[in-house]
Formats: sequence, C-alpha cells, structure tokens
Amino acid sequence: METILTVNNLTKKFGFLTAVKDLSFTIEKGNVYGILGPNGSGKSTTLGIILNVVNRTSGDFSWFEGNTSTHDALKKVGAIIERPNFYPYMTAIQNLKLVCKIKEVPETKIEEKLQLVGLWERKDSKFRTYSLGMKQRLAIASALLNDPEILILDEPTNGLDPQGIHQIRQIIKKIAGQGTTILLASHLLDEVEKVCSHVVILRKGEKLYSGPVDGMLASHGFFELRTADMEKLQALLEKNASFGKISRENGTLTAFLKEEMNAEELNKMLFDKGMVLSHLVKRKESLEEQFLTLTKNN
Amino acid sequence: MVRLLHIEFIKLWNNRASKILITSYFLLLTSIALIAAIKFDIGPVQFHLADQGIFNFPYIWHFNTFVTAIFKLFLAIVIVSMMANEYSNKTIKQNLIDGLSKKEFILSKFLTVVSFSLISTVFVFVVSMVLGLIYSDYNEFSIIFSDLEFLLAFFIKLVGFFSFCLFLGIFVKRSAFALGFLVLWVIFEQMIFGLLGWKVMSWPNAKLIKDFFPLESMMNLIKEPFTRLSAVQNIGEQIGENMRFDYNVYWYEFLIVIFWTALFIYLSYALLKKRDL
Repeated sequence: METILTVNNLTKKFGFLTAVKDLSFTIEKGNVYGILGPNGSGKSTTLGIILNVVNRTSGDFSWFEGNTSTHDALKKVGAIIERPNFYPYMTAIQNLKLVCKIKEVPETKIEEKLQLVGLWERKDSKFRTYSLGMKQRLAIASALLNDPEILILDEPTNGLDPQGIHQIRQIIKKIAGQGTTILLASHLLDEVEKVCSHVVILRKGEKLYSGPVDGMLASHGFFELRTADMEKLQALLEKNASFGKISRENGTLTAFLKEEMNAEELNKMLFDKGMVLSHLVKRKESLEEQFLTLTKNN
Repeated sequence: MVRLLHIEFIKLWNNRASKILITSYFLLLTSIALIAAIKFDIGPVQFHLADQGIFNFPYIWHFNTFVTAIFKLFLAIVIVSMMANEYSNKTIKQNLIDGLSKKEFILSKFLTVVSFSLISTVFVFVVSMVLGLIYSDYNEFSIIFSDLEFLLAFFIKLVGFFSFCLFLGIFVKRSAFALGFLVLWVIFEQMIFGLLGWKVMSWPNAKLIKDFFPLESMMNLIKEPFTRLSAVQNIGEQIGENMRFDYNVYWYEFLIVIFWTALFIYLSYALLKKRDL
C-alpha cells in the first residue's frame, strides 16, 4: 500500500511544555484517519509540524515516501487548520485564484469546487461578508482545488451551528466516498466515528493508540438484558465464565463479554434455563466509551 | 519569479487602501513637475523657480531624486502593512500550508520591493528627462547623461529603505506599531549620534560612524542638493560661508546600504523560519 505520510519520533517542546512527545504513525493511501485527543493534547501542533508552519524539536516526518521537499509535497495536500484564513478584502474567486497560483494548478477547478461546497452563488462576495459556516466551506473548496492526495482537516466543525456541522459532514462524507485519503483531527468523537476507519489517539502529546477503529479495545462488546426476574438473571450470568463485569442500571442489566458470544447463543442458553428475555441487545462500546476508557486508564 | 510577483500583485491590487496609496505615490512622483509652476511675483521681486537652474542637467538628477525620495513614505506604509497583514489575517500560515515555501514567501515580498523601486526609478527618470528637456539651459547629450549615478543611488536607497520596512513588518507583526517603530528608529539613530559626539568621541568621528547606521546610510546616498544651487552658493559667498560641500555618491556608500538590505532580508527570513505560526 502506498504511504502518504510517515511520522517518526516527532517531539515538540514549547519551553518547559512538551506538546508532542515521541510520536510515530503512518498514513496509508485510501483510508480515513481520525486524530483524537482532548483539547491541548497536541493534535494541532502535530498537524502544524507536518504542514511546515511549526518547527519540530526533534524527530522527523516525510511526505510521499520522502521523494519531495515538504513545500512541494504540500502542493499535493489540501489542509485546513483551525480557522479559515483568507484575505478579507478579496472575493471568494479572487482568493481561490491566489491559491491556484500558489499551488501551481490551473484555475479551471474553481467553479467545480465552489459548486461542491455550495458557494457558487456567492462567488463574488468579499470573504469578510461570509458567515463562519461559509468561510469554513470556502476553506474546504480551497483545500480541494488541487484534487489533493490527502485532505487534512483540523476541527472543521468547530464553532459552527448544527446546520453548518451537518453541511460540513456531508461534504466530508462525499469526499471520503470519492476515495480521497482524509486526516481529521477532532475532539468530537461521534464525528470521527461516523467517517473514520482508523484513529490515532493522543493524550498530553503522547500516542495512546493508532490503528483501526474496531481494534481500539480488546473488547467483545456487551449485552443489554431485561427480564421479569432480574436477580436470578444476574446470579446466572455471574456464574458464567464468559462474562466479566455485570452491572444493573434503570432496570437494565449490562453484561460485558470476556469472550466472543453471539445473541442467539445467549438467548438459547437462558431459555433452556427457563428464563425469557423481554429485551436483548448486543452492542460494541461506542468510540466515546472506548476513548474515555483508554484515556482514563493511562 | 513571475509567479511570485503575480501572487503579490493579486494580494496588493485587490486591497483598496494599497491601491489608493500606490496610485497616489506615483501621482506624487509625477507632481514634482508642478515645482516648475512655482512663481512669486511680489512687485520688484520676480521669482520663477524653474529659472533658478533646478531643472538644469545634470543637476536635475540630483534634485529630483532627492525630493521624490521623500514620497517613499507612502510606499513604506503599503509595504509594512502588506507584511503585517499577512500576520493579522493569518494568511501567511495558509500560504505556507498551501505550498509556498518560506524562502518563496520572503522572495515574493522582496521582489515586490525591488519592482516598486525600479518602477519609481524609471518614473523619476522619465519625469526628470521631460522637465529637463523643457527647462534646462544645457541640452548637450553628454551633459544630459552625466551624473546618472544619482538614479542608481535612488534605486538602491529605495530598495534598502523598503527592505527595512519589510523587516519591521515581519518583526513587529502589526502595521501601526511597525510604523511607530520606524519613527522611533529614526530618533534612535540621531540619539546615538548625539551621544557619541557629545560624550564618547569627537563630532567628525561621530559623523563618520553615523554614516554606517541603516537609515543614515540610505539618507547619505543622496545628499541635500539645495546648497548646490548657484543662487544659494552666491548668498553663501556673500555672507562668507563656505558652502561647497561634497555631493558625490561613493561606491562604499552603496556597499553600506547593500549590506543593510541583505541583512534585513536575511533577518526577515531567519525570523520567519524560526517562528512557529
């Protein structure tokens, strides 16, 4: 598989504070990556370093297997960092023309990309008259001008209203659907869960996990169960070696699996023992639950 | 190179304030021709400035380059703000992310500065040439094209001064403060000169050192032309004051300014490279 970005032992210190500590990961072509972490965990700093606007303290990174200089590589990258930065006195079209000049791509894509983010009607309005949502969409259009190999988005829905968030997500899904590699930094977990296949999890600048979303916790999921005689059910499950932690809350029993078991199996087993369930759901931990477990334990 | 200039041109020309300032600057450069219209007619005293020999070749090269250099303040504002605005709009960050290297970024600004200086020089050359051909008492070819080093000095002086502005824009990051800093620096140079002459060494030595200061060295490239006028010379002779100063431009004066220019551009680059955005 083609490697787009390799990061090796990257460290960044701001005075006494270590923002990124010995971070390594790789980005393969075609996947959608999420960088997760609480505020201040080093997400933006990491992106700043690979985008050539923050200097690293040690370690290194290479784009496209190290065959090009960073600034040439960035011409094949589309990136939005924190807030959309454009010339406020210039119109959308003028701003995008400037980006085309910098990226050395023809101006023919401008219309297509503005259509994609729904800003074509406002193409001749000055950037400063745009709402935050429109600014963010213009930033996405700008990042896509060169049909990038990888799209890097840092908190793309930060500060937007629900409609704006929805629009941006739709656009991201559309782009991901076209097979573009995406690197999405966010602390909004449901956002990452909805679009990402792989995650890198950071806390205080250190990597806690990197890999596929599913493999984050060695977990087999859990059952949510309800029946007439809850006491008996709990006693029964506690004797079973397949189950770990069992808890009861609001009349629902939650039993975590220690080994693989599917819902039919459990249902049959309980029925054979004379228990009839009124509620049976097998679930995996949501990304949020996994994330909180992971960041808490360390 | 054309690409970098074009990038800068898009940024500048779409900004109304810069556009107005740049246009006014070049209008002012042309307006030096209006000096020709200065006439006093007070009874017996008839005074027509154009007849006083200020438009004589080759003196006109000296006079016009000196006078028009004052207008460079207009462009200084444009240059300081074109740099500082990149910081306040954070567009510098976006430019770098979009794939402009830091070297290209500085180079695009420097090329703009050189272009401004070059166009100004050509402007002054053309305006002076026209004025001279109309008013000059001497129109021999060899006289017209003597003392052209003043034009070169004008060019180098502008490049040096604008490079200093560029550096201030990057260093201070806020256009108003950067311009304030510029004024402060002028005063600072004079204060150092004053202190040196007053406490540390003799005045002639202090004067010598002063000529190495960045702004002073640029100022010193084209010395004031007024005492060179024959009218002024005559008055000087009458009151017994020797006013025959040295007006020439020397190669080492060029070198000093070129040194500062290189230093300012290098410092701008080093600063940009070192800073986290």
